[in-house]
Amino acid sequence: MAHPVHDASGASHGSLKSYATGFALSLILTVIAFGLVLDGMLPRGTVVAGIVVAAVVQMIVQIHYFLHLDTSSAQRWNVMALLYTVLIVAILVGGTMWIMLNSQLHMMGGAMHMGH
Amino acid sequence: MTTLAHAQDSLSHHDGHDPIGNATFGFWLYLMTDCILFASIFATYAVLGHNFAGGPSGHEIFDLQYVFAETMFLLFSSTTNGIAMLAMYRNARSQVVNWLTVTALLGLGFIVMEVNEFMHLIQEGNGPDRSGFLSAFFTLVGTHGAHVSVGLLWMLVLIFQVMGKGLTAPVRSRLMRLSLFWHFLDLIWIGVFTVVYLMGVL
Repeated sequence: MAHPVHDASGASHGSLKSYATGFALSLILTVIAFGLVLDGMLPRGTVVAGIVVAAVVQMIVQIHYFLHLDTSSAQRWNVMALLYTVLIVAILVGGTMWIMLNSQLHMMGGAMHMGH
Repeated sequence: MTTLAHAQDSLSHHDGHDPIGNATFGFWLYLMTDCILFASIFATYAVLGHNFAGGPSGHEIFDLQYVFAETMFLLFSSTTNGIAMLAMYRNARSQVVNWLTVTALLGLGFIVMEVNEFMHLIQEGNGPDRSGFLSAFFTLVGTHGAHVSVGLLWMLVLIFQVMGKGLTAPVRSRLMRLSLFWHFLDLIWIGVFTVVYLMGVL
């Protein structure tokens, strides 16, 4: 019984090493993100790009090392549900921002006179 | 037959009659719908986040060192939760109780800090009624905090179940789902501290 890799749901059990790796990488990425903002030396656009990348990478790190999701066949439905959710989230957030920012842009004339 | 042996057995046969696997997958689907709930609140925050209505901006009310400490509480608790799960797979009952207790205390630390931040803001007149930005802020951060609070309650119940019933099949099944929930909340927090706090201070 030295190979308890997956349980019934296809979720892998992980090991102390995987949790330690996930923790160390998350810690480093969090410090980088906070450091970029607190440092204040880089231009705003670069900092925004940096913290967004750090966040996405940390999410992937935690999905891999904490939730133990991988591309094995036992996990296919877990991964497919996640990918579908990512698509919906992208449409929901991206679509909302697109429409609302566009509408704000069109109403700028009125808003500016009102001291918006 | 132990749970693990049963799990491996059902993995090799895949007969579709596996209650723990089905329950875990069902809970995973619930978490995915919870993602969509959070996405809609994030979208609301993205739209309202700059409507200060003459009130304070994020730059004036957020303390990044404080938020970093909150983040550490949650990251440490997500890790100790994983260690509790490893103890469960080893059938180490008292270690499961100990690590879950550590996890719950770290989670409690996070909630105490968050409630303290909220009370501080409200006392200074910067409550959710102050501006669109603060309404969206309290809704997003508060919804995450409510999830963590429910998770804490759930963890407390399971600590007593592990002590009282032992690591029986149903208790293990519940521990697996709590573990997914707890890791998921740390994942959402990455989005919260990046979009709300870090971008708010920029």
